Amino acid sequence: MGEIIKTEQLCYEYRGAEEQRVRALSDINLSIQAGEFVAIIGTNGSGKSTLAKHFNALLLPTSGNCYVNSFNTCDEKHLWVIRQDVGMVFQNPDNQIVATIVEEDVAFGPENLGIAPMEIAKRVEEALQIVGMTDYRQHAPHLLSGGQKQRVAIAGALAMHSRCLVLDEPTAMLDPRGRKEVLQTVKKINKEEGITIIYITHDMEEALHADKVIVMNQGTIVQEGSPACVFSQVSFLKSLGLDVPLAADVAQELRNRGIKLPQQIITDEELVVALCP
Amino acid sequence: MSIRLENVTYTYMQGTPYERVALQNINLEIKPGEFVGIIGHTGSGKSTLVQHFNGLLKPSGGNVRIDDIDLQQNKNAAKQAKKKVGMVFQYPEHQLFEETVFADIAFGPRNIGLSEAEIEIRVRKAMQFVGLEYDAVANRSPFQLSGGQMRRIAIAGVIATEPEYLILDEPSAGLDPRGRREIFSQIKELHIATGNSVILVTHNMEDVLQLATRLIVMDSGQVVLDDRPETLFWNHQDQLQSAGVDVPHIISLLQKLRSAGINIGECQLNAESVAVAVCEALRRQKHDQ
Repeated sequence: MGEIIKTEQLCYEYRGAEEQRVRALSDINLSIQAGEFVAIIGTNGSGKSTLAKHFNALLLPTSGNCYVNSFNTCDEKHLWVIRQDVGMVFQNPDNQIVATIVEEDVAFGPENLGIAPMEIAKRVEEALQIVGMTDYRQHAPHLLSGGQKQRVAIAGALAMHSRCLVLDEPTAMLDPRGRKEVLQTVKKINKEEGITIIYITHDMEEALHADKVIVMNQGTIVQEGSPACVFSQVSFLKSLGLDVPLAADVAQELRNRGIKLPQQIITDEELVVALCP
Repeated sequence: MSIRLENVTYTYMQGTPYERVALQNINLEIKPGEFVGIIGHTGSGKSTLVQHFNGLLKPSGGNVRIDDIDLQQNKNAAKQAKKKVGMVFQYPEHQLFEETVFADIAFGPRNIGLSEAEIEIRVRKAMQFVGLEYDAVANRSPFQLSGGQMRRIAIAGVIATEPEYLILDEPSAGLDPRGRREIFSQIKELHIATGNSVILVTHNMEDVLQLATRLIVMDSGQVVLDDRPETLFWNHQDQLQSAGVDVPHIISLLQKLRSAGINIGECQLNAESVAVAVCEALRRQKHDQ
């Protein structure tokens, strides 16, 4: 256990269209514990994905530091270890599949690490089992559904023995069934395998499943806490252009109409219990 | 006046080992002015279906008519008829290609053969509909703008051809909640202002509930349900579930509250209306005691 990712005064700037500097992240200080399930929410352009790309050194801070398992991401020596420790799953399932057969795709990462074939076979089998895709091991990935493709991508990270998985809107392009599959898989690897999850999403109902929610706006962290604590701030989140879980929204409307309700209602069940004790 | 499909069947890769029936015996009619939602899980045939509406796919069996013109029969007339149907694909921003926003949106109207003056009027109008400021962005490169703005440009390019039937395939995918709300309120305004038909293909039940006047549910290449959204969501939940479609969250919340004994009457399906209805029900309950 302990801290797996830490940032100190992390800033990131890039050159914009007319060569002017654009600050995408400013003064990000955060600490993510091993085994935590952290959701990051924020509007488009709030810096979520830019921040996530620092977690496995795809981007390096302009100033400040980012540490993965105490290794500074700026230190090139540790790049391989960092990339192995922190796996990434992106939004578009079609952009991250490299092989023509599912099990070969999952084996791609460990093969690149130079692991012995017997060990690779074992890891691939384990990984596919965890994400529930064993039956599809011989299938062509492009014929799978979106949710299945994302689960294959997750298996790829598991086969690398990554201890932390960063998922950048992994369900944005999926249908409701695919969304459920991916979210359940993510929860499972977090609970059963103890893998740290950093989950970027626009879907507040998905973010409810996290241990901790981080809210970003214009390149800074504006709120951080348990889902109950973050999502009960209905008007604040709406002012940022975000949604809130339906139950929290209805609870706030009820409070506005003089109904006395506890402050932290975020799920349907909590709302029902509060109204019908 | 309508888009009409009669006994339409479509088979992918016919005559090969990969042959797969994507649509089976579809009969339906989309009338002018309707706002139709088409839902169904991935692979249910939604996109294949809408690609028949403007002749992008030719049915393997059956026929498609736009305003009584059979797309298979009359080549020239069919070409004119297809122009009445505008299609916004998934992730339409990937199809932007011109150097300026203006040129990109003008591409469609120019292909129809409009005059330059008319083209500019169309472009301005389309940009206004999707909430893009003409003076600020018309001469910029579309590739310098944000994803949400690029999406709007792509939609404006189709709107500028003034289609009588506008098809949108997942127009809000990948946008944040604010972007999604904005796009949908603009589509709604457009629908009201022009009175044209809108056909919306989506996974998002909440959006369908707020917008559509009619809902078509697809499963395994067939139309399994076709009715008003409220009717479907309240009365056909089992069929929706077997089609792999979720009931909107707000409806399941209302059901939970009702089964917990709060006697909520009819209400509109948004958080505020639900809250009002709950207050009403609680007051009545107190009164009765």
